[in-house]
Amino acid sequence: MERKVVIPGETIVEGEDYLPGENTEKNDGKIISLRYGLAEEQNSLIKVIPLSGVYSPRRGNTVVGKVENVTMNGWVVDIGSAEGAFLSIMEVPRYVNKDAMEEVFKIDDMIIAKIWSIGKRGIDLTIKSHGLGRINEGLIIKVNPNKVPRIIGKEGSMINLIKEKTGCEIDVGQNGYVIIEGPDLNAEIFAKRAINFVTENSYISGLTDEVTKWFEENKK
Amino acid sequence: MTNKKSDFVRPDGRKLDELRPIEAKVGVVPNADGSAMYKSGDTVAIAAVYGPKKMHPQHNQDPSKGQLRCDYNMLSFSVTERIRPGKNRRAMEISEITKWALEPVLLLDKYPNQVVDVFINIIQADAGTRTAGINAAAMALAHAGIPMRGMVSSVAVGKLDKTLVVDLTKEEEDYHEGEGPTDIPISMTDDGKITHMQLDGKIGVTQLQEAVDLAKGACAKIYEIQKKALKDAIDLENGGKK
Repeated sequence: MERKVVIPGETIVEGEDYLPGENTEKNDGKIISLRYGLAEEQNSLIKVIPLSGVYSPRRGNTVVGKVENVTMNGWVVDIGSAEGAFLSIMEVPRYVNKDAMEEVFKIDDMIIAKIWSIGKRGIDLTIKSHGLGRINEGLIIKVNPNKVPRIIGKEGSMINLIKEKTGCEIDVGQNGYVIIEGPDLNAEIFAKRAINFVTENSYISGLTDEVTKWFEENKK
Repeated sequence: MTNKKSDFVRPDGRKLDELRPIEAKVGVVPNADGSAMYKSGDTVAIAAVYGPKKMHPQHNQDPSKGQLRCDYNMLSFSVTERIRPGKNRRAMEISEITKWALEPVLLLDKYPNQVVDVFINIIQADAGTRTAGINAAAMALAHAGIPMRGMVSSVAVGKLDKTLVVDLTKEEEDYHEGEGPTDIPISMTDDGKITHMQLDGKIGVTQLQEAVDLAKGACAKIYEIQKKALKDAIDLENGGKK
């Protein structure tokens, strides 16, 4: 089956040869889309990749958030999802003095963290892993969270290309925040333009080659 | 039946089952999570969707499922004589009606304690604003990536004296000859299930059935336009830009 845009309620394919995957439903031998997006087939499994909408958190996602509040035993972090996220002091890999929690993270600090559980009470974050913690400097931009996979590319091919060409260190949060840290502001802005090019042209097949071409055209 | 009276001429020369020229577009409000514009003749509706997000005030939260909240509003310059901006009885009724019309297709079980906000603004009115609002809202909800079982299309069927016509204009709504005007706004899903129906005036049972059949045909046409608008928003060949 060819990749195509589908709307909710639309029949993607008919027949018993296919299985319903994410955002689809099987009804009377028809695979029906439940969301607006791109329908794709993978080993006769049909799924719909959403192209729009708010970020829906998943366990294991790396996210970028802003500290909203400091409580008795942790920090409330805004990660752009409907549910609030919480970072407990148990999940900080060092000793935290409860009387001086602001020394670790204070309100309005930006942090990069990992979602380790999603429960009824909300989202729990952890920074017990390499590369997580406070963001000290860099440029933070917001992109559509549905385009994050395009920015990263297959096995990180796209992000590595941008890193290599711009000389910047780039971290992408699954919730759509991108941190760019480069040697100077011009390099950071250059990387930002490259990322915007990727998000604006996210449906082109062979996008990595297109981006390589873009870099040649826009080389300083 | 009465509808055989083919000598009936509509003020704008349309056929009895002919809709006004329709334009539809999604993504008209960049800051919203999903948005759509629906234009039918001189009636223009814009819908913007925000969410799913945490329900506020907290006492309205439902831990078993997510909720839909609609807000219908006519802008003060949308009609010939300026209307007072803000909520009024009519706007509140239509907000609730819109919610009832759209709720059956939404799958909000996975969003406990959350709400999807739909804001509908009528920027130009020439009758049929609630149906235009519902059409725009359905497209905006799909555009916002809300899980849905199908689309909702809406149209008003009217009885002018004894003749059934589709998609009334303001001029037709004010028809005062014979039995006078009857207005029946109907919303249905793409597989023909009615989600909302109102009746303002008087009509017989057999003729009401005819009106529903007429609406079914008109909704199928509107559905195709909604579908096209959503599909055209993404251009696979040119990198998604239009």
